[in-house]
Amino acid sequence: MKPEFYRTFGFLFWTGVAAIATAAFLVVTFERPGTTEVQMGFRGTAMEVVYNNRNLDRIQARNIVPAAIEPADPEGPRASEVFENVQVLGHLSVEQFNRIMQAMSEWIYPNENPAESCNGCHVPGNFAAEDIYTKHVARRMLQMVHTINSSFANHVQNTGVTCYTCHRGQAVPAAVWSQAPSNAPASRMWQVAGEQNRPVAATGYATLPSDPFTPYLLRDEPIRHQSETARERNNNASIIQTEWIYGLMMHMSTSLGVNCTFCHNSRSFASWETSTPQRVTAWHGIRMVRAINNDYIEPLRERFPPHRLGPLGDTLKVNCTTCHQGVYRPLYGAPMLSDYPELNPPPRRAEAASQPARN
Amino acid sequence: MEYQFLFTRIQPHGPSYPGVPLPADNDARIGKPLHSRLLGLFADAQIGPLYLGTLGSLSLLCGFIAIEIIGLNMLASVNWDPVQFIRLLPWLALEPPGPQWGLRIPPLNEGGWWLAAGFFLTLSLFLWAARVWRRADQLGLGQHTFWAFLAAIWLYLVLGFLRPLWMGSWSEAVPFGIFPHLDWTAAFSIRYGNLFYNPFHALSIVFLYGSTLLFAMHGATILAVARFGGEREVDQAIDRGTAMERAGLFWRWTMGFNATSESIHRWAWWFAVLTPLTGGIGILLTGTIVDNWYLWAIEKRFAPEYPQVWGPILDPAAR
Repeated sequence: MKPEFYRTFGFLFWTGVAAIATAAFLVVTFERPGTTEVQMGFRGTAMEVVYNNRNLDRIQARNIVPAAIEPADPEGPRASEVFENVQVLGHLSVEQFNRIMQAMSEWIYPNENPAESCNGCHVPGNFAAEDIYTKHVARRMLQMVHTINSSFANHVQNTGVTCYTCHRGQAVPAAVWSQAPSNAPASRMWQVAGEQNRPVAATGYATLPSDPFTPYLLRDEPIRHQSETARERNNNASIIQTEWIYGLMMHMSTSLGVNCTFCHNSRSFASWETSTPQRVTAWHGIRMVRAINNDYIEPLRERFPPHRLGPLGDTLKVNCTTCHQGVYRPLYGAPMLSDYPELNPPPRRAEAASQPARN
Repeated sequence: MEYQFLFTRIQPHGPSYPGVPLPADNDARIGKPLHSRLLGLFADAQIGPLYLGTLGSLSLLCGFIAIEIIGLNMLASVNWDPVQFIRLLPWLALEPPGPQWGLRIPPLNEGGWWLAAGFFLTLSLFLWAARVWRRADQLGLGQHTFWAFLAAIWLYLVLGFLRPLWMGSWSEAVPFGIFPHLDWTAAFSIRYGNLFYNPFHALSIVFLYGSTLLFAMHGATILAVARFGGEREVDQAIDRGTAMERAGLFWRWTMGFNATSESIHRWAWWFAVLTPLTGGIGILLTGTIVDNWYLWAIEKRFAPEYPQVWGPILDPAAR
């Protein structure tokens, strides 16, 4: 072949390579148009919720509320008088008790499989028996739902929660977290940065620390790190600490399907005066999740079989995604609790619970 | 055939040009020159020969050591898996020491490597700056490139060395990594109350965007007058009716004021050099003098106030 051919070929080849590289960059960097913006704050502050229209169907399909079961008569003999060994729901009428048991089996063990449905928790033929661990877990979870519906109204408002808010037809809710092993085996020679620098969904595929849950949703490490005066000498919060907090905020943003500006005016993340009411709700939500993980889930660690624990042996815990699943009001704010009054705490407990929430 | 002036896309082919003779104590230039048609579309089609010399060799060596340290630690952080290394490369980093180390020298696996990489990278940059000085000197040029490069090194040193020194902690410095240094930048701004309220950051942006504007204006002007021989900017500056006089008139008629073919290059040089100079000052003041730029802007009364759309929102922890 002539050198002319090689020159032309080489030129076209490298132009093609450059074009493909440019196209690849554009495709992975930008989102296709087709968004809906809803203004949330004063004009010019960019406080808005952005919906990607192509994702709406998928998110909506994930947040459909099942039809409510016929209401039950609250009168009649109490469940505790008729059935053996009813520890938490004894205050309900027998009809209500059966209704909520049916609802729980549909919400958590919806299959006809004989090992599931009622038998997911109960020994067939002896419903009072305590042999299956899931029964202990379910009992504790009912107490948890009572607590959330009575003590955390500042987060769940009047909407409240039911088992379905998290479970959505699965024995283990779809979005749970446990502590993860280091990204790479520790080395005495090399620095492996085992806690960060991995693209994980929780932190929006950034390089932020990939487990922002343990410090803030299990322990209560300080989340506030900005100084409260322009010149402050005693604030030793480091940049890596900020990255941990940033990770938590990315988790909240991705699980609620909102931007930073849903809660904050991003010109000053710390300032409450310029924030939205949703930030107060979220603040209580962090306390609620902490309480759920510490008071209800981690204490059950001994009950769970190994396959229901994380790789490091801790329980599968709750974060914002567990309920929210991509929308800022779980199940689009459907008031499921009002259809299931059985999940409100018994009256005596409701009085005790009207004390200020643990914050 | 269309009229050809010196600004042309035609690539003449001829014998390679080795460059002017150099004084006796210089090394030989290395590499057999070659020509690339594709590169000729962007710049000179001739590649090489290259003057490497002692400074250049040492600079490349130090740079190689720094990159090697960074790369090997990244490889260790994917457990030496080359596929994962390529897949995760943008996410990987060599992180600075943790805050618990202050300014002490930590073990290699806890930030010691970061210090070593920073040391060699800095050495490499200074050697390259010395090389720039020497090459310009040997060709009889002024040292404008050297000082411009030093301005960039100033910003690099503030970020990675001077400010951490003043703060008393290596952990204040930037990780070596593609995405990690970007996330660091965002976190840095958030930690110190929004860098956009830092006036030196604002100045740096002015000079950065100003540089692009000046670059576009100057490039456009010279290309537009090329048909009058505009590439001969300087020797035409005082000649009536030439490209340079038309270029000056164009801007004087457009905005009442025009640069000269000498001053436009000083404008460009200062805008470019002031970008990292002012930026470095802004970074140096952050956390050392001012801990929260937003509150500082409130204090100095230049942060605008917006109406409270939602009514007073109170800190729930303060109740």
